[in-house]
Amino acid sequence: MATSAVSHAGHASAIHVEKSGIWSWITTVDHKRIGILYGASAFLFFLIGGIEALLLRIQLGSPENTFLSAEAYNQLFTMHGTTMIFLGVMPLSAMFFNYFIPLLLGARDVAFPRLNAFSFWVFLFGGLFLNVSFLFNAAPNAGWFGYANLTSKQYSPGLNVDFWVIGLQILGVSSLAAAVNFFTTVVNMRAKGMKLMRMPMFVWMSFITQILLLLAFPVITVALILLMFDRLFGTMFFTASLGGDPLLWQHLFWIFGHPEVYILILPAFGIVSEILPVFARKPLFGYAAMVFSGAFIAFLGFGVWSHHMFATGMGPIADTVFSLATMLIAVPTGVKIFNWIGTVAGGSLQFRTPLYFSLGFIAMFIIGGLSGVMHASPPADLQQTDTYFVVAHFHYVLFGGSIFALTAGAYYWWPKMFGRMLSEKLGKVHFWLMFVGFNLTFFPMHFVGLHGMPRRVYTYPAGLGFETMNQIETAGSMVLAIAFLVFIYNIIQTARKPADAPADPWNGATLEWSIPSPPQEFNFAEEPVVHSRDPLWETKRERGGKLPEPARVSGAGIHLPNPSYWPILAALGVGSVFVSIMLVHTLGPIAIAAAVLFFFFCVFKWAFEPAG
Amino acid sequence: MTTELSLSDHAHALHPPTSTGLDNRKVAIWTFIGSECLFFASLISTYLVYKGRDTKGPTPDEILQIPLVTFGTALLLFSSLFVVIALNGAQTGNRKRLLFWLGMTIVCGMFFVGMQVYEFQHFVHEGLKLQTNLFGASFYTLTGFHGTHVTIGVIWLITVFITALRGKLPPERALNLEMAALYWHFVDVVWIVIFPVVYLMK
Repeated sequence: MATSAVSHAGHASAIHVEKSGIWSWITTVDHKRIGILYGASAFLFFLIGGIEALLLRIQLGSPENTFLSAEAYNQLFTMHGTTMIFLGVMPLSAMFFNYFIPLLLGARDVAFPRLNAFSFWVFLFGGLFLNVSFLFNAAPNAGWFGYANLTSKQYSPGLNVDFWVIGLQILGVSSLAAAVNFFTTVVNMRAKGMKLMRMPMFVWMSFITQILLLLAFPVITVALILLMFDRLFGTMFFTASLGGDPLLWQHLFWIFGHPEVYILILPAFGIVSEILPVFARKPLFGYAAMVFSGAFIAFLGFGVWSHHMFATGMGPIADTVFSLATMLIAVPTGVKIFNWIGTVAGGSLQFRTPLYFSLGFIAMFIIGGLSGVMHASPPADLQQTDTYFVVAHFHYVLFGGSIFALTAGAYYWWPKMFGRMLSEKLGKVHFWLMFVGFNLTFFPMHFVGLHGMPRRVYTYPAGLGFETMNQIETAGSMVLAIAFLVFIYNIIQTARKPADAPADPWNGATLEWSIPSPPQEFNFAEEPVVHSRDPLWETKRERGGKLPEPARVSGAGIHLPNPSYWPILAALGVGSVFVSIMLVHTLGPIAIAAAVLFFFFCVFKWAFEPAG
Repeated sequence: MTTELSLSDHAHALHPPTSTGLDNRKVAIWTFIGSECLFFASLISTYLVYKGRDTKGPTPDEILQIPLVTFGTALLLFSSLFVVIALNGAQTGNRKRLLFWLGMTIVCGMFFVGMQVYEFQHFVHEGLKLQTNLFGASFYTLTGFHGTHVTIGVIWLITVFITALRGKLPPERALNLEMAALYWHFVDVVWIVIFPVVYLMK
């Protein structure tokens, strides 16, 4: 088939061989490699965040414990939240965006391969920067939503909050660059015949996530800039004594913060919506309803932020409006849950590990969703605010929801990414340990929360009836740790096995299963043409069953972008600009000027770089 | 192939015709502009929230000078027209029109930035600093970030101007100018909001 990409054969006639070595990874612009880089670094950050959680649980395992000091506890819970959200779940989703959006769309790469590499490196530098704060014993310590005026210079004189303010701004640059890139990719890089309403559900949910990122991140950027000005340049945006309004921070933060929770969960919805049909041997139930409910959730997500602020006393009208809007979100979310159940119901279920995690996701997410609706009622919320009930709720949606779905995605797509099947046996052990450990850890939190145990406090006195529940929670967290050790063991064992995974191990419905595992650098030897929502199932039906194993081809004549080191240098430039702002009172404005010049230099070299 | 030429070749050689028929870069710049709207909306909201809350001056009606800024606003508005004419020149291969009007756009942009630098210096002299009161903090933050955007726009336009001067901006690469022009219009439109909110509603 003559495609226009192949017709550019004159540019590059060399046969594509896999490049190797560290330099090839540093300069890579291949979306698949960038996806693996995202996955590997996000998993490491996820483990760090997990270790932080274990330390917190050990401290809370017994009353009046002195395992951690109050200050260490503050740093650890702040970094646990910040890490899991910005360095764990978001980049783990980004791993799937990177690796699979182009494959599911039938594209050879994302719209802007170098911008993609830039996003990753900025993310990595931002994540390292946040964690470097531990070395200075100055890790952020004001909670992941950093309420004013706790974050003011007066109450947080150290570098802790500076690390947080600067680190999150760096990560914001990464998220925005990636969102522009993936938005453009979905709009513009679909295979022939792939209309919007034929896109795989994971692409749809990811697409909606990009829109949320684009509209929510500028708001937190402004909030962080105002806070940074307060701390570094003596403004008084959030200083009540000088007329500033600490509540403005809460509004700006949650206008970002509530869409952010959908940024964390929509990709998970997408992953599960890919997995369930394949393992139920049925097309996704209610495709259009799934698309529109996702869009409706995202739209409503911008109108409910103040339900995080009922305790501030906004008055009956605001309380009512935000309460109703929040309850309304339960409707499209319920539509999704019924559609998943409709997909599974009556299917010929293949009980493999990805299906276990997906079904676990549905069950756990329903519990988290129900406790979420409870928060929608202001009088109930007033009792629950700042207690462990809230901690239980958001772990049921973020761990029981996002992490279960991301793990399902890992087992599902592992053979495509690495050419090796993860062990089913270990996978099921992993699932049951995680399922039991998760519920042991977080279910009792509902009760201690309703009994009044406050979150973010480093210890509790004996005799309030919290001891047994907390012991169970701590024991549960150890089971969770073992579950992830089993996962890591599974990964190591699998890496030692020969790379013999077939192209289509699960009888998949989407385009990524039509090419070898792992895919070649150019993804598709011939650009696919799509006629339906489940293109690969359609092809199999037409040809009467299983397809022959696709051959690895030379790929001669397929034009690919050149590797480039300007993305990583430009990312370094972004990092230096922000660090020099943080250290402006030490290094002086000249350092900022130098960093900005360096960044501009990289951008110019990048813009005028030969494309190959 | 010279390096400058590759800028647009990049987009064309790599990708088959796009799903929408629009160039990837055009979709991307519109997307970015959409995101920037929320950035300025947040800054403008902050300014409005704090408007009139100060207990000490200088207050907006004591210090803001409408005539000077009206002149700057006019320059910025006209520059949006000029860049459209320049883009027409680029698209039709009219080199003279392209260079002259692009140059005029840049000059207007520079005057605007100069006006703002003068205004800021004048205000500091009058006793309004970033740390003076809420008006100072929110005024300098809002207009300062807008000014930074204008400055980046001027640098971008100068880069395109130099490319054009060296004959590297033929009609088929007019998109290189259009991208900068779209960004320039956006920065202009934001000012159309800031000007009445800050100066006329003082």
